[in-house]
Amino acid sequence: MKQAPEILQLLQEKFAEKILKSDIAATDPFVTLAPESIAEISVFLRDHPELGFDTLMCLSGVDYKGSKTEPDRIEVVYHLFSMKHRHQIVLKAQLPRENPAIPTVENVWAIANWHEREAYDMFGIHFEGNSDLRRILCPDDWVGYPLRKDYEQPATYRGMPVAPTKQFVEMAMEGQHVGTDPFVADLKKS
Amino acid sequence: MQIEAYAGEEMILNMGPQHPSTHGVLRLELETDGEIVRRVVPHIGYLHRCFEKHAENVDYPGVIPYTDRMDYVASMNNSLGYALAVEKLMKLEVNARVQTLRVIMAELNRIASHLLSIGTYAMDIGSFTPFLHCFREREKILDLFEWTCGARLLYNYNWVGGVSHDIPEGFVEKTREFLRQFAPVIPEMDELLSYNKIFVERTARVGVITEEMALSYNITGPNLRGSGVRWDLRKDAPYSGYETYDFIVPVGIGKFGPLGSCWDRYYVRVREMEESIKLIRQALDRLPEGDVQEKVPKKVKPPKGEVYGRTETPRGELGYYIVSDGGNNPYRVKVKSPCFTALSILPEIAKGEMVADIIALIGSIDIVMGELDR
Repeated sequence: MKQAPEILQLLQEKFAEKILKSDIAATDPFVTLAPESIAEISVFLRDHPELGFDTLMCLSGVDYKGSKTEPDRIEVVYHLFSMKHRHQIVLKAQLPRENPAIPTVENVWAIANWHEREAYDMFGIHFEGNSDLRRILCPDDWVGYPLRKDYEQPATYRGMPVAPTKQFVEMAMEGQHVGTDPFVADLKKS
Repeated sequence: MQIEAYAGEEMILNMGPQHPSTHGVLRLELETDGEIVRRVVPHIGYLHRCFEKHAENVDYPGVIPYTDRMDYVASMNNSLGYALAVEKLMKLEVNARVQTLRVIMAELNRIASHLLSIGTYAMDIGSFTPFLHCFREREKILDLFEWTCGARLLYNYNWVGGVSHDIPEGFVEKTREFLRQFAPVIPEMDELLSYNKIFVERTARVGVITEEMALSYNITGPNLRGSGVRWDLRKDAPYSGYETYDFIVPVGIGKFGPLGSCWDRYYVRVREMEESIKLIRQALDRLPEGDVQEKVPKKVKPPKGEVYGRTETPRGELGYYIVSDGGNNPYRVKVKSPCFTALSILPEIAKGEMVADIIALIGSIDIVMGELDR
């Protein structure tokens, strides 16, 4: 088992110029890396005998737009864990909000494929080299990236209302026929 | 290979989304060659409600009912993970009674969840009787929950800093009585199902996950332990006082076929129920006095920062990545669902299996679509 400072030191020996920032005092210590080096560093972290990060616990996208404390950007966060040595580290990569792109780590940890698809689906992050970069949770022809902070929900999807519109709600409240639901008529009486 | 000799035209077969054995709305696109499956493409998202977006628009305690609705057969475990993650972010320590109650509820729910998993799995394979036995027992656990917090499935029980209700008078005795009565049901289940020849034939050589594959795909929980890896967060990264309990971590034994088969995963779940009984008994014995809402903050407002908290749910490792900007609402909540990772391995292990075995495979990895799609 290695503590965060030791892991950071091993990284610094090899990739000093790729490390942009690090915080080992945080609840979960993290290292911010240059995005283009993520695949290379992942292989190093997995294959180094003393590090042996054999699992990718979580891969998340975070959109920092309009945050009170942080500059605008998209961040990709990798939570790594070593089952063999029982230590963990968090990797981060900062991308621009316009056309964010980062190399895939699918070849390092197989699970990354689906996680990256999810991040692509929700944030529009392009993972270069991912073998199957399709939407995963939303339909293939969905427009927009739902977890972006400035996302606006479309009114309809293939002619179906996505959410009750203001007009729809008003009509329902007035007891007008908006569907086959008898609940609407009861709403008026009460 | 012999399979090559029969190579003919391929047919695309859609399994789901409304197929009873897919445990919810999951669609599998099967490329079949006669009875043999060449390729599987899972299509998920039918139950996607964008939990993560909702979480950004409500305050911290408001997220808890949403977590209940992810894995709706193990809500206690899901909300526990969230509460622990927020507490870690706020550096909040709960008292001993809350910790013990959380263990009792989490383990009761683990039994209920495994009963559902085993029962429906048996039914997928073609045996109806175990399903009824399992549901009879599960019902008693749900009654205990209803008695405690008023809800049978979606409890909103684990709050940040405490739990919503203390247990009612007589709960300890009732739970002991249930455990006394339930303990002999597990050997019964073994006789009825685990060593049943037809069941073993259907499951023991199907869908083998090796240890290496399991790690690369981040398979967790009973699915990982079925492959012989003794890894359980309750033991290896304890939370909520699990380190003070005496229990073992059952792993697959490969008794009837290669290690890591469907039978092994099923078998781990049966053995885990026995361990849960042990855990609940110990927790009931030691249940300390205290106020269960002593540490519940008036306003849950964690400092700026971020945390990754993970707990062992009946389905595996559930992770919450929470980013706080110091405001009232979480800035970002990401859920790492154990079902999500478990299903991602399906295309790899389903290759070359028979169509009927796909049913056995899906049941054995025990997915709940509510959590998978979030």
